[in-house]
Amino acid sequence: MVRSDIKEGIRAALPVVFGYFPIGMAFGVLAVQSGMSTVEIFMMSLLVYAGSSQFIAAGLLAAQASIGAIVLTTFLVNSRHMLMTASLAPYVRNINAKLLSLLGFWVTDETYAISIGAVAKQQKSQWFFFGLFITSHLAWLSSTVLGSVMGNFIPEPQKFGLDFALPAMFIALLILQVRHKKAIAIIFISAVLSIGIKLNLGGSWNIILATVISVTIGVLIDKWMEKSSQSLSA
Amino acid sequence: MDGKVLTIIIGMMIVTYIPRMLPLAILSRINISKGLLNWLSYVPVAVLSALLAPELLLKDGQLSVNLSNTYLLAAIPCFITGIYSKSIFLTVVTGMAMVVLLNKFM
Repeated sequence: MVRSDIKEGIRAALPVVFGYFPIGMAFGVLAVQSGMSTVEIFMMSLLVYAGSSQFIAAGLLAAQASIGAIVLTTFLVNSRHMLMTASLAPYVRNINAKLLSLLGFWVTDETYAISIGAVAKQQKSQWFFFGLFITSHLAWLSSTVLGSVMGNFIPEPQKFGLDFALPAMFIALLILQVRHKKAIAIIFISAVLSIGIKLNLGGSWNIILATVISVTIGVLIDKWMEKSSQSLSA
Repeated sequence: MDGKVLTIIIGMMIVTYIPRMLPLAILSRINISKGLLNWLSYVPVAVLSALLAPELLLKDGQLSVNLSNTYLLAAIPCFITGIYSKSIFLTVVTGMAMVVLLNKFM
């Protein structure tokens, strides 16, 4: 039971591993260029484990930004994970709160996408999550360290299409989430908002804002349809 | 290791971990209202779409809806494969193969 759950988690992590390698190596290369040592890169990937904010932090470090500015930026960039773990919470009531507090550490965009797809099909034990999360974290750790050691000698990831592994994974997971027509409407609204906000505001506010607005529109459509069906039947 | 970098890493760890952990620890234990549950049920499609759309449609911070955007072109067979196969693995392999082909011929 434990064994097969861990194995299932490890298998589920494979697309994440594919996707993390080119990005992790790219981070390693860039972080060295911005003055970080391999040990510092290892520590950051071990303790922070958040791709986009690590890129931003390396850039800010190179620009001699203050500690406060880097930490605050990280918070703003990573606060989107609140929405993800909040939506995951109703599906993991089978796991105790202490373990969930630990498992939360490993929720990235990518591992969230895999997790929410998996629990929507059937309940998963903590062992599934340990398998999925630790495998993904190891891929991130090893690829960032490898990038920092190999520097510019790494082959171009585009040659193998690896740079598209994560977008392709998100496409598959998005499709698996569509269970009714309204989901398609929310996908379009969220996509348009995300792009519009990113083009106009820059930064990474687009994820949180587009999600909150499009989800709220979805709920309002529900209420409106309920009302109109009530008035029709009356 | 540089003291400033270590302080930054620990600060980053705290502000990254807390938003990931809190909702999971709290919302899985309390009874959530039906309204909030319904709201949360739409989050996965919305958040995945918000993450994906800029990847496919923006290039160097500019809207790029044309034939030179390899990601956008590769996404089309990806969507088709995903819709018909419902397989993450097949979709990812299709996407990677398409990008390799497009880079070769364009």
